[in-house]
Amino acid sequence: MTIDGDELQTVAKRARLRLLKMHFDAKMGHIGGNLSALDAMLSLHHCVMTSDDAFVLSKGHSAGALYIALWSKGLLSDEDLETFHADGTQLAGHPVPGWHDSIPIATGSLGHGFPVAVGMALARQLRTTPGRVFCLTSDGEWQEGAMWEALIFWSHHKLQNLTLLVDLNGLQGFGTTHDVASMADLGARIRSFGVQVLEVDGHDLLGIARAANNNPGAVLLLRTKKGKGVSYMEDKMEWHYHPMSASQYSLAVVEITGSESGNES
Amino acid sequence: MRAEFCDSLVDLAGIREFVFLTGDLGFMALEPLQSALGPRFINAGVAEQNMVSVAAGMAREGCQPWVYSIAPFCYARPFEQIRNDICINKLPVRLVGNGGGYAYGSMGATHHALEDYGVLLSLRSIRIYVPAFGCDVGPAVRLISDRIEPSYLRLGRTELKDEKSLPPYAPWRKVLEGAAGVMIVIGPIAGGILEYARGLLLASRPAIWVLTEFGGESGCPLPAQVLQEISESKQLSIVEEHVVEGGMGQRLVHYLALHGHKIPPFHHFSAQGYPSGRYGSQAWHRRENGIDVDSIFSGIAADEKA
Repeated sequence: MTIDGDELQTVAKRARLRLLKMHFDAKMGHIGGNLSALDAMLSLHHCVMTSDDAFVLSKGHSAGALYIALWSKGLLSDEDLETFHADGTQLAGHPVPGWHDSIPIATGSLGHGFPVAVGMALARQLRTTPGRVFCLTSDGEWQEGAMWEALIFWSHHKLQNLTLLVDLNGLQGFGTTHDVASMADLGARIRSFGVQVLEVDGHDLLGIARAANNNPGAVLLLRTKKGKGVSYMEDKMEWHYHPMSASQYSLAVVEITGSESGNES
Repeated sequence: MRAEFCDSLVDLAGIREFVFLTGDLGFMALEPLQSALGPRFINAGVAEQNMVSVAAGMAREGCQPWVYSIAPFCYARPFEQIRNDICINKLPVRLVGNGGGYAYGSMGATHHALEDYGVLLSLRSIRIYVPAFGCDVGPAVRLISDRIEPSYLRLGRTELKDEKSLPPYAPWRKVLEGAAGVMIVIGPIAGGILEYARGLLLASRPAIWVLTEFGGESGCPLPAQVLQEISESKQLSIVEEHVVEGGMGQRLVHYLALHGHKIPPFHHFSAQGYPSGRYGSQAWHRRENGIDVDSIFSGIAADEKA
């Protein structure tokens, strides 16, 4: 790791503020799932991945958090972020292909990124290409049959160069995952396919990094909160969709900075 | 055509990036390829959606994946994976559907492929290859192997007994001269048509063109010679074991109309589906749909008399 805990917290705070600003400026929703996934992407990009590694965002509706993670690494600029969702942008609401080395594949329809990541890992294993593949899925995404097809295939081929992270925030588009189509206990179900499963605090950046670095070929179930860091959004399904009003945005900034002025420190 | 297909791929086994994925199909046909490729021959199991996405991921890493299944399991079941993971990302995955049209005969409707290339052409970036003769498979496979964009190969059953006198492989080939109109044929049904037409006098048979490749970056251009012959013809027929919707009949006539070409009286011999609700061999389905050799030639002869 090249970054210590204090620095990481500073990065995470700046990233959370920038994510909120980007969504507010663009008047876009999907902020809840972005806030639940942001820490995992920051952890991977700052503490785990090397230039040989690849990251696939299977839950493509958290594209904003991915753009912010890349911004926090200096791989996207403020000018880039200002185009989020705008006409002529490459920073669409779900990742589009062919414009950034750190976005290997277009995603957005759930249940696609994971099997593509499995293919990438298999290709690397066959060709003895260095580097690992990391993939982040949502929890509702596991209602897609293709996820289980990919899980069977991954387990069968024993691909140790793939790490799968699941953003287990418990909320999906129109209800809780428990109420819509329960997959409890998801960890046990995945484990029954012969894959190692660990439960991790999805907002503990160093904990995520330790789990990812020490457990190749594992699934990390990330216990997360939708809307993490903004009290009125946390665990609220409506923040899957709502854009923030000006007053809501101001309140969110205050909560994260701890200051009325919105200054970071 | 599976034997020709397998042989052609075995010839490419030396390409390190070449990987082959099958949806648990190819028993008693693809074993030589399995031996040639070793771990690069991957039986992905009965999970076509995953197979296509895995292939896309492998292509993203620089592999040259081929994906093989019975045609409808190759293009219909994993359609969104083809659309999103292959085509939106412009990845060079080579899809192979065995059993175009009614080739699986009495196996039933779920195993037929009557709308495959129409559906795939709507994705715009896929180039379609439909070998008409066994000897087309090798050249088509080599062309597909070299492509850097998505491809779909529709395999059928060789129907022409003697392929020696055929002109060399080309996307458009005139396989027989004729003076009674122009007939454009897609797929192995060309074999039976050619054998029948060879027994007719020049004056009473159409010129027969075989179309083997279409779509992709080059769209649907007709060669100048075909356009010339159509413009001078009293009759244009298109034969395909595919539904009208999205088929080459629609596309070719659209092309002619769009570019201001004269369209002579037009026959489109195409698949209707299952008019009687009954099932049989490929030949039986062709007869029921009026796309067997007898129906085709009696159809155009009746039109001439009228």
